[in-house]
Amino acid sequence: MTLLWLLLIPVLGGLLCWQLQRFGAQYARCVALGTMGSMLALAAGLWLTGDYSQTLLPLAGHLSGHWMEQLSVPWIARLGIRFSLGLDGLSLLLVTLTALLGVLSVACSWREIRTDAGFFYMNLLWTLAGVIGVFLATDLFLFFLFWEVMLVPMFFLIALWGHDIPGGRPRLYAAIKFFIFTQSAGLVMLVAILALVFVHYHASGVLTFGYSDLLATPMGARTGFWIMLGFFFAFAVKLPVVPFHSWLPDAHSQAPTAGSVILAGVLLKTAAYGLLRFVLPLFPSASAQLAPIAMWLGVLGIVYGAVCAFGQNDAKRLVAYTSISHMGFILLGVFAGTEEALQGVIMQILAHGISAAGLFILVGEIAERLETRDLRKMGGLWTRFSNLPQFGLFFILASLGLPGLGNFLGEFLILLGTFKAHPGMAMLGSIGLVLSAVYSLVLMQRTFYGKAGSEAPLRDLDRREFAILSTLMAVMIWLGLYPRPFFEVSRAPTQALQSLYAPAAAAAQTIPAPPIARAAP
Amino acid sequence: MTHPQLLALSPILIVSATSVIVMLAIAIKRHHALVASLSMAGLALALASTAAVWHGAAAPRAMTVLLIIDPFACLYMAMILIAALAATALSHTYLERYQGYREEMYLLLLLSTVGGMVMVASRHFASFFVGLELLSMPIYGMAAYLVKERRSLEAGMKYLVLSAVASAFIVFGMALIYSRTGTLVFGDIGAKLEQISGGGSIVMLGAALLLIGLGFKLSLAPFHLWTPDVYEGAPAPVTSFLATASKIAVFALLLRYLIETHATRYPALVDTLSMLAILSIVVGNVLALQQSNLKRLLAYSAIAHFGYMLVALIASGPLASEAVGIYLLTYMITTLAAFGVITLVSSPLNHEAQALCDYRGLFWRHPGLAAILTLALLSLAGVPLTPGFLGKFYVLGAGVDKRLWLLLGAIVAGSAVGLYFYLRAVIQLYLHPAPVTAPAPSTEAFAPAPHWARDAGGGVLIALLLLMLALGVYPSPFIKLAHGAGIEPQPPTPPLTADRG
Repeated sequence: MTLLWLLLIPVLGGLLCWQLQRFGAQYARCVALGTMGSMLALAAGLWLTGDYSQTLLPLAGHLSGHWMEQLSVPWIARLGIRFSLGLDGLSLLLVTLTALLGVLSVACSWREIRTDAGFFYMNLLWTLAGVIGVFLATDLFLFFLFWEVMLVPMFFLIALWGHDIPGGRPRLYAAIKFFIFTQSAGLVMLVAILALVFVHYHASGVLTFGYSDLLATPMGARTGFWIMLGFFFAFAVKLPVVPFHSWLPDAHSQAPTAGSVILAGVLLKTAAYGLLRFVLPLFPSASAQLAPIAMWLGVLGIVYGAVCAFGQNDAKRLVAYTSISHMGFILLGVFAGTEEALQGVIMQILAHGISAAGLFILVGEIAERLETRDLRKMGGLWTRFSNLPQFGLFFILASLGLPGLGNFLGEFLILLGTFKAHPGMAMLGSIGLVLSAVYSLVLMQRTFYGKAGSEAPLRDLDRREFAILSTLMAVMIWLGLYPRPFFEVSRAPTQALQSLYAPAAAAAQTIPAPPIARAAP
Repeated sequence: MTHPQLLALSPILIVSATSVIVMLAIAIKRHHALVASLSMAGLALALASTAAVWHGAAAPRAMTVLLIIDPFACLYMAMILIAALAATALSHTYLERYQGYREEMYLLLLLSTVGGMVMVASRHFASFFVGLELLSMPIYGMAAYLVKERRSLEAGMKYLVLSAVASAFIVFGMALIYSRTGTLVFGDIGAKLEQISGGGSIVMLGAALLLIGLGFKLSLAPFHLWTPDVYEGAPAPVTSFLATASKIAVFALLLRYLIETHATRYPALVDTLSMLAILSIVVGNVLALQQSNLKRLLAYSAIAHFGYMLVALIASGPLASEAVGIYLLTYMITTLAAFGVITLVSSPLNHEAQALCDYRGLFWRHPGLAAILTLALLSLAGVPLTPGFLGKFYVLGAGVDKRLWLLLGAIVAGSAVGLYFYLRAVIQLYLHPAPVTAPAPSTEAFAPAPHWARDAGGGVLIALLLLMLALGVYPSPFIKLAHGAGIEPQPPTPPLTADRG
């Protein structure tokens, strides 16, 4: 039942926010904060009470283990669709991240959103409800449903409360682009889901969309490869992997701060989750066939994102491109598939969620005071604030991967794990570490150092902003210095995943010809 | 004709009788509300009797050689009756402020409904054609009902001319097929075609002409040219009827015809249908991109949607007729809701609220109406938790089952393009009116009565909203209905079974 509450609380809280708007925006804000706070409490409760040593993946060839929490009721019986939710260590980490960033995104839009605040918070909470649904769904139909449904409120967030950049495209353009990219890729995934279900139906005579039923679906190598490609495509667009990334900088640069925080913090992570939860376990051998290409794409994303970030003048676009670079590490780690790499991927998911949220909030606060995000109009801000620049330095260093902070751990583990399996890829990927130092220091230099435009001191952080940034900072330091609790929760899923993927990867290495050439019709 | 047969025919008989009663009532005294209530009562009674017939007789009941009342016919009759009910209620709201004669609208609507019901029950070319004409002819009058409006007259004339041409194509096609097979019964045509050899090209020509005629009625590309103009010019309730009841009847008939004649065995026909489907999807979605008129946008959207539905038709598996049933149901409810909102926001005194900018900020003035229109547009776009997604899911499922990858690609690409104009329309509802332009009189003129929900049209909209929510969130009962109403080609293929009941 806890899982159902995790979904219902934000949905009901959102409706309440919308209705409370008529009494005053302040009520809506408080309700939104309370809603996300109770979500965080629920997640913490699950964390404290649960035993996350098991996960539902076939270990040593047979289905063992189980979800820590689950709920399953028939929904559309005729099609074998059930409303089933499940939680294991992987989901728990992501749900907690979502709840934490949810609290902070409500808090960071406290003053930014002045029009229709109640409706804004309804959309924000509904987006988060959709994201949590994605992390909990254990029925492929239900998963797809949440995957698409969360786009609608996010679309409203960008289209209604976004920024119109002077001289740039209107925010509606960015919102529609975001929606079309993800939804059409999602439809490809829906076709793949249906194909998988029908393959399973023809093999076993049972029509089901249940995740655990579909896990060991027997299928031909070619069929499996194409179905896997359908899933991979949807996640690649959302992650985003480089040829499909063009929606992300637009969406980020025009979204309100809270929108950017949850876009970078959790929406992109749904794709990483999808790769870990669906692509690798459902199609281990097909994934292993794709792995060389996927890892190349990952390396390409790392380098391309970093190089593009270097050239941006809009601070938010810069941070958006760094996200592309960091997501490249995730793609690399997922398809390397060793246990270290997978642990690193999970750490990177958490750490990037925190560091990107911190950077977007900071940029939002600077932009609120300077009324511009143009880096050319910044500079010399260090002397004009008393507290803000120190936080800026911290999150920029976190993003470049300073040892002792979460991002370093994530990237280091990914590269270490990749090196075991594919040394060449790891070496190429580590270029990203150097490039990230370059763009991070450039961002630092252009905003805080250099010649100040004026000497007038700017309004410093108030208590609310100070609290938001300190929370993020504390979590980041925790991730970097004492990651054991996180690794313990994620150990069972990563081990199960690795045990499933390793034989397939080993088998794929022995096949000399590139799989694409043979799989093409 | 025996007693049970009369009972089985009762839905059609009731609507026919209602039209006579309505005519007499108009002759005695013109009273708008009375006539509208009489029509609605008749339609509601017919709907109840349809349910009773469906529930009472599981086995198909043949009425002479012309008609057959089976679950399939019952489902589509019920859909047509619901569409007619909604259109009647909306007409009442719409015509309330109209100055001319208002009552004949209901008479025409009832007659057209009878035509549609005959069509979905027909299994013979004669009843097919009679039903088609009875369906179409009143619509000419309905489209041109606002006789003092140029656009309405134009819509009526355009529909009259093109519909007559389409009918001519259909009759000629029937004649050609009859010349080779010697029968007018659907089921026999398929059997005869297998036996005869030679003369294939004449039958092909006949089938092509028939398809062209039906393509006109369904506004499939490239026979769609009349659609946007007629949608735009006709009064909104009439458009809602034209877009739903008339197309449902024609599509259901096409489905029955194709299944009973085993037509999907002929690759040429399947290829033609596939081309029509792809063309409709492309044309509908691409031409809608630049529309700033909501009614025209919905017209192009309908073209695309019938393209999607053709894919299910082509798939023709055991899943296909169920998919078509679900798709038509979701499409009908969604379209009715969209036109219902247009009707309530418009009034015939002024021009109708058609431009997208007339809807700007509707959410802040009438959250309920805006929410219904949002749900309808998102449903047409196929977003999950709306009915439209269920339809799209079924069509994709039917396509995947038969491995129609090209058509599936067209659906995916078409949906991606379609999102653009649906979202553009949706966001208009939520934008605050631009502060630069003075509070235009237009926005005031298009404001519906503050208590819109108390009107007949408003009540129907609420009912449609509830139906949309139910279909989106818990579609099982509807799926059961559509599944029970499937007709399957002979020999029957084993039905799809779900696990865990």
